[in-house]
Amino acid sequence: MNKYFHSVVLEEEKCNGCTNCLRRCPIEAIRVKDKKATIIKERCIDCGECIRVCPYHAQKSITDDLEMLNNFEFNIAIPSMPLYGQFDVGTDMDKVYQGIKDLGFDYIYDEARAADIVAEVFKEMVKDSSFQRPIISALCPAIVRLIQVRFPSLIDNIARVESPMEVAARLAKKEVIEKFGISLQKIGIFYLTQCPAKVTSIRKPIGISESHLNGAISITKLYGHIIKNAKKIQNNETFQKGSPLGVGWARVGGQSYAIGVENYIAVDGIENVINVLEEIELGKLNNLDFFEGLACTGGCVGGPLNVENPFIAKSRIRKLSKIKSKAKKINKNYVKMLQDEGYIGWTENIYPKGIMTLDDDMKVALEKIEKIKEIAGLLPGLDCGSCGSPTCTALAEDIVRGFGNLEDCVFRMKENMKKR
Amino acid sequence: MSKDNIGLNLEYEVLRNDFTKAGEASSNIKKILTQLGINSSIIRRIAIATYEAEMNIAIHSLGGCITVNVTPKEINIVALDNGPGIEDIELAMQEGYSTAPNSVRELGFGAGMGLSNMKRCSDKFKITSQKGKNTRVNMIIYI
Ligand SMILES: Nc1ncnc2c1ncn2[C@@H]1O[C@H](COP(=O)(O)OP(=O)(O)O)[C@@H](O)[C@H]1O
Ligand code: SF4
Ligand SMILES: [Mg+2]
Repeated sequence: MNKYFHSVVLEEEKCNGCTNCLRRCPIEAIRVKDKKATIIKERCIDCGECIRVCPYHAQKSITDDLEMLNNFEFNIAIPSMPLYGQFDVGTDMDKVYQGIKDLGFDYIYDEARAADIVAEVFKEMVKDSSFQRPIISALCPAIVRLIQVRFPSLIDNIARVESPMEVAARLAKKEVIEKFGISLQKIGIFYLTQCPAKVTSIRKPIGISESHLNGAISITKLYGHIIKNAKKIQNNETFQKGSPLGVGWARVGGQSYAIGVENYIAVDGIENVINVLEEIELGKLNNLDFFEGLACTGGCVGGPLNVENPFIAKSRIRKLSKIKSKAKKINKNYVKMLQDEGYIGWTENIYPKGIMTLDDDMKVALEKIEKIKEIAGLLPGLDCGSCGSPTCTALAEDIVRGFGNLEDCVFRMKENMKKR
Repeated sequence: MSKDNIGLNLEYEVLRNDFTKAGEASSNIKKILTQLGINSSIIRRIAIATYEAEMNIAIHSLGGCITVNVTPKEINIVALDNGPGIEDIELAMQEGYSTAPNSVRELGFGAGMGLSNMKRCSDKFKITSQKGKNTRVNMIIYI
């Protein structure tokens, strides 16, 4: 498999070389060369910022198609939590789920059900003072990768707990095998996704060696079909669903609300998350119990593959999450058993990604930094992006790394022309 | 170049009461140390030590300067200000002791942990000061 699979990719034909994405990338992974943007694969964390800002829709997310269902005898859909926010409050979600099932699925497992279980695990963690503070939620894979790249000293703060998506896949398989006696190899599991970062996590998981999902289909692709199907439905099944608190995970703050932790900070938007992680790294929030950081505005309701406006979806999710729950409490022993059987925890360690390192030999790296300083001094410091690098310092770095020239700077070029 | 000047020299000016700019030295150093491929827990210690030094200059002094010397063996940080100096260093070093005014405490600073944190983060820590003159903090962290 490709060493650097990314769901976020660039369609060259559509790119006209504007620099909108260049400066929005939180880890300076985009360059515009020869009027085309390129993504530095080693750096990309699949946060989807570039997809959101591209006026030409040249940045997109690779997801799977319904044809994939043909590869399996029995297909399970895992509708993601933000799907609830795509429809008016009061919509009969059974009709929506029936609409999804009618697309060719044999079984539906609501992601919010898994969120309810993960919340129980977090409740215990928060009580346990042996976990390093603040405990950082791993729900958002873009943030986990961001920490690997930019905040490696915080890796030990990340809760080694799988996201509801992955837990849902495992529990869905278990349920289907128990109910229908189908063998594991015949089951296909698909996430209905709002999120390119999660698509990447299915192919290149973090914290586990292999994902239990077989693919992901974007909400954008299916939305029209679901609505069309749902309108025709006369009789529908009643599907088991997550609690209101589980559904609430779709918005920022929803995890903390579900866990019932008081001493938390919940932050949305990747730049904001970066700012708070800086504070955490400086040790200023050592007394904080729980941190949820989400790359998208509003949380997962702001995922780039949603259909509805994030603020509208968020408001709906908030209302839904505050409905008094009729669901019965999840049995602690059941959660404990799932944990012991490996349904929930991470099995692999995650490591810093040293992609910013200039050279393995520190002496050489030191020389390169001197060079960067020197070259940066020759540049105007306007960070205009015309050279194709996000900032003047980034161009200086690119030159030293061998990916750019001083003449890429339009101001340098002008000066050179005057001299001639 | 003198012998102990080998390596990279970085210099940051810290202005009195400038809370927006204070913190720049620490985040810039963090970036550079990351590019050097230094172990992340060491980077974190250096970032915290530098940050606290910057804040102390901004909050408690008339302004000053942070210089950092990076060699493959160690990081040497010197925080030097223009006064007014510390009368009782032993007292200032005590955890929880702070003379930060309320206006600064309202911003979330002034817990009195800065100097002790700096000491904890460094392998070698030396503070010299004279009331009426200036304060110099020297921190060395081995790589
Ligand atoms: N550069 C400095 N110049 C003058 N006084 C200082 C300086 N650095 C620290 N101090 C004194 O030492 C005290 C303790 O410093 P510190 O441990 O950093 O706590 P805090 O900054 O929270 O007050 C300060 O309140 C101040 O009185
Ligand atoms: S906030 Fe949610 S939708 Fe956005 S990147 Fe993170 S996990 Fe994906
Ligand atoms: Mg201080």
